[in-house]
Amino acid sequence: MSFSSAGYQLLPVLPELVLAVGAMALLMLGAYRGEGTTRLVTTLAVVLLVVTGALELMLPAGKLTTFGGSFVVDDFARFLKVLAIIGSAATLILSTEFLSDPSRRIFEYSILVLLSTLGMMVLISAADLIMLYLGLELMSLALYVVAASNRDNAKSTEAGLKYFVLGALSSGMLLYGASLIYGFTGTVDFAGIAAAVKSGSVGIVFGIVFLLAGLCFKVSAVPFHMWTPDVYEGAPTPVTAFFASAPKVAALAVFTRVTLTAFPGIVPQWQQILVFVAIASMALGSFAAIGQKNIKRLMAYSSIGHMGFALVGLASGTVEGAQGVLIYIAIYVAMTLGSFAVILTMKRNGQPVEQISDFAGLSRTNPMLAFFFAMLLFSLAGIPPLAGFFAKWYVFVAAIKAGLFTLAVIGVLTSVVGAFYYLTIVKLMYFDEPAGQIEPMRIELRTVLAVAGIFNIFFFVYPGPLVSVATAAAKSLF
Amino acid sequence: MILPALFFYLFAGVCVASAVMVIVSRNPVHSVLFLILAFVNASGLFILMGAEFLGMMLIVVYVGAVAVLFLFVIMMLDVDFVELREGFIEYLPIGLVIGGIFVVELLLVVFSWVINPSTAKQITAAIPANVSNTEALGLVLYTKYIHYFQIAGMVLLVAMIGAIVLTLRHKAKVKRQDINVQNARTPELAMAVRKVASGQGLQDSDAAEWVK
Repeated sequence: MSFSSAGYQLLPVLPELVLAVGAMALLMLGAYRGEGTTRLVTTLAVVLLVVTGALELMLPAGKLTTFGGSFVVDDFARFLKVLAIIGSAATLILSTEFLSDPSRRIFEYSILVLLSTLGMMVLISAADLIMLYLGLELMSLALYVVAASNRDNAKSTEAGLKYFVLGALSSGMLLYGASLIYGFTGTVDFAGIAAAVKSGSVGIVFGIVFLLAGLCFKVSAVPFHMWTPDVYEGAPTPVTAFFASAPKVAALAVFTRVTLTAFPGIVPQWQQILVFVAIASMALGSFAAIGQKNIKRLMAYSSIGHMGFALVGLASGTVEGAQGVLIYIAIYVAMTLGSFAVILTMKRNGQPVEQISDFAGLSRTNPMLAFFFAMLLFSLAGIPPLAGFFAKWYVFVAAIKAGLFTLAVIGVLTSVVGAFYYLTIVKLMYFDEPAGQIEPMRIELRTVLAVAGIFNIFFFVYPGPLVSVATAAAKSLF
Repeated sequence: MILPALFFYLFAGVCVASAVMVIVSRNPVHSVLFLILAFVNASGLFILMGAEFLGMMLIVVYVGAVAVLFLFVIMMLDVDFVELREGFIEYLPIGLVIGGIFVVELLLVVFSWVINPSTAKQITAAIPANVSNTEALGLVLYTKYIHYFQIAGMVLLVAMIGAIVLTLRHKAKVKRQDINVQNARTPELAMAVRKVASGQGLQDSDAAEWVK
């Protein structure tokens, strides 16, 4: 058997190695020192994520591949990995209070978040179907556990179980699609698949449908969104913040990489799937959110809608489209983390309150918080000059340039519908009678909210860096 | 050439028969035992085909772990299987329809199966000549596919942590074994010699001290 170690350098996976070894070291620390170390383990986990992100940025520029081409580090991977790491680190920071409760001092929470992040990084860099599947499973398995981490709460357990069963089903579909694609092309390598697929035979299209169904589940796009509201509502709020940020980045990354690098020869075939999924997600995200009373369920429908908008960019199948997706997901992560910092602050008498009516009169009891939340909601609705407007602008421009006029028009219309429920909350906060005092905001929540809010409000002043990095990242795929 | 054919029909026949027995036997424990028989025979079929690694894996994983797990579940949980089967006649028509569709599909696959000739050329790791397939797997699993192997290991680590996080409960009253404490025990710690005055016995307070 001929095997040479050429093409198996470890430098491109250095950040992943550091993260994996670090996570295992922290696991040992926690296991030997007991549950009193939760705080220490969480702090070290954040440090480890920062180090990993820094290492990722310090890797030599250009496109690096290793493990026989199945692992690739290009500008696209760097951009999204750093974004996923930011999402995970912010989640850990937002979880400090959740973990300080004596009944839930589980140090494994941070370890699972770290290992899930490792899965995301593998997923973002995956350049063949096996790597994709392993990354996806590593990411998801840790997510199932953290969803049920509040195990004395029936809703949290239900969320974990529901997510696990449906996730296993979607993994099955994804694997079925992957095996069909392997069967029809004879390779699992994305570049090899792209070389083999010049025309869309029925078998390949079948495979793509199943593969995309599995991926749609992970980004919670309609019609594979059913788990989202229940899991978002049932899981502990910091976990919901995690679900809404980092895993979405990784899943959207692999969505983009698979469609654009493995199937560039048959764009029309997957374009129609994506157009349908995008329209359905945007419509459901806007209309179903209107009747919601629980803020976490509302955020679930909001994230379904936002994934629909991001997929509009991908559906165009062009460099502009990919760039739009990258800008969209970056701004979406900032808006989501900021909103969840606000939702985590909403506590009365030591109990978290999750009803939308609890936000009434927040502008009088807590003007700064209300202002930032209002700005985030305007941004989520896509009102200029906030960041959310630019996110939508880039994807719609890409769709129009690719000739997808219907898609762009439907997108704009649904975002108008979506604005209704975001503005309802703003109206509640500013024009209704206060529903009572809320507890003072913790310092770590303030920090996350301030960073996210300021990015969101002042993005239009200096959008250059993000846009140019996203452009370089998008170009590295073509 | 007659011997392999005989073994094939033996394994295949027993496999199908025990698969039927899995669904028709009334006692769930018997079902699981027939399931194990089916697995062992399927593994024999794999070995006849020359895929000895798959055959061994089938025994190790399915018989050794999965079937034993089934047995445990059936014995531990009080599942009333007679009750579960109540709707059998009601669901029979739809079951027959689905079964019929499967048969048609199977026939279509069997009679129209063509392997794309270009597929064979694109095989990334061809089976090398003159080695058994266990060896061939071993040659690539820890070299060419080491990264898949390692990431699969991380997935299993997450599964293990998850199982512990979700089920381990530290109960206050559970006495745990501490080997260091046991080894450090001396006769002075473990025993107390008391002079007992005749007709009086020990006081409760003495007993309490001794228990400690």
